[in-house]
Amino acid sequence: MSLPNDLGYTAEHEWLRMDGDEATVGITAYAAEKLGDVVYVDLPKVGQKVTAGSVVGEIESTKSVGELFAPATGTVTATNDSVVASPELVNHDAFGQGWLIKMTIDEAPALLTADEYAALTGE
Amino acid sequence: MVDSLGITSRQTPLHSLHEALGASFTDFAGWQMPVRYTSDLAEHHAVRATAGLFDVSHMAEFEVSGPQVGAFLDYAVSSWLSPVELGQAKYALLLNEDGGAIDDLIVYRTGPFQYFVVANAGNREPAWSALKQRAVDFDVELHDVSDQTALLALQGPKAYETLMRVFGLEVGTTPLADLKYYRAIPARFEGEPVLIGRTGYTGEDGFELFIDVSHAVALWQALMNAGGPLGLVPAGLACRDTLRLEAGMPLYGHELNATTMPVQADLGRAVSLVKGNFVGRDAVVEGPGFGAPVLVGLIGDGRRAPRADYRIFVGDVPVGVVTSGALSPTLGYPIAMAYVDPDYAESGSGLEVDVRGTRLPVVVADLPFYQRKKN
Repeated sequence: MSLPNDLGYTAEHEWLRMDGDEATVGITAYAAEKLGDVVYVDLPKVGQKVTAGSVVGEIESTKSVGELFAPATGTVTATNDSVVASPELVNHDAFGQGWLIKMTIDEAPALLTADEYAALTGE
Repeated sequence: MVDSLGITSRQTPLHSLHEALGASFTDFAGWQMPVRYTSDLAEHHAVRATAGLFDVSHMAEFEVSGPQVGAFLDYAVSSWLSPVELGQAKYALLLNEDGGAIDDLIVYRTGPFQYFVVANAGNREPAWSALKQRAVDFDVELHDVSDQTALLALQGPKAYETLMRVFGLEVGTTPLADLKYYRAIPARFEGEPVLIGRTGYTGEDGFELFIDVSHAVALWQALMNAGGPLGLVPAGLACRDTLRLEAGMPLYGHELNATTMPVQADLGRAVSLVKGNFVGRDAVVEGPGFGAPVLVGLIGDGRRAPRADYRIFVGDVPVGVVTSGALSPTLGYPIAMAYVDPDYAESGSGLEVDVRGTRLPVVVADLPFYQRKKN
């Protein structure tokens, strides 16, 4: 599985695309594959303040429920309506159309590089 | 593969084949089993629309034979097995003295004095020791043949056509077309004996094929070759679970356990009281206490599913617990099975499930949720 090099990763299997003090957040293709077919996503509201490490949403597959953790402290600025309507985007394009939220970041979090994340998942 | 406790997780004889097909694996009852090959949903829909092939070789199989085999099984399990015809299969519960289930079984009559018992992988040991223990006063022999037996389940509307096209499969006296539901026939595949039962765990027409592990890969490939052009796909345990849930079929450890009585699970039909004494009879006759929870179906709105162990409420009053649940791939809405207080078990009753802190309204519904159209 090829991991985009321009993204940062977390041990909770999330990815971040940093753009100034705003980040786009999603779950990795590895996490999506482990979950199975995603059938429902529950995302935080735009404007919601979130704290790093807290649970801010859920990603449900037919088999299980995955939690979306806030990768940093900040404020949600956008949620992906397409993925709410078509949760399978998380499986089909985890690093692209399957993005979940955009948020401002109060303090840049420590992230894993693509290589470090690949080592973590053993893929 | 060895887990942190140093316990080796077992692999079925088809493991390399699953790996080559790109399967994801899950640990199930100490076995590494294919959970999906491509997509849970695609495999689920294929079984409903065309056909799916499952490797369920982890299941346990026991051969029981001897002059008193009928009387033994009548005593050891809940169903009346001595009068079943040769080739007939019956669902049975292996009850404990308290009327709870040690396991649920399918028992095939394979000879005048021979039966073939299929048990859950996770209950192989307790089921085997209960049967052994109950056999001491009977002239019977028991053999645990699980290790040399592979089990392939061919399920779906194209299952019959697939089986008819399998090269190298010789069926004996009964033509496959005449093989009714819950009947089995002995056959041969490339000379090797195979027992074909018209049974399954998906709610579709289908067959279960028991064969020696040495011929499992060849049989899988012959089935895929025959069924591929008809839309047959390899199917994993993930879709097996959603398929059986839609069909309202109980899963041991979820809808069945050591403290739940058959009548609570609506499995009274699997218990014969007229046949005489059997283990658990006294408890079953007495029945569960007044107000004991009963198994119901639940239907929800939207896409969020109640799942196992979620609690059910009416207002602030807890009235039950979910045992299995999923967003139904076939129906498109959430479905679940649950044990609820009998006061709230009537179809149409409105209840609420606590889905991780959020109350989700559900309605009690008749089981099964899905029934195939019969020809």
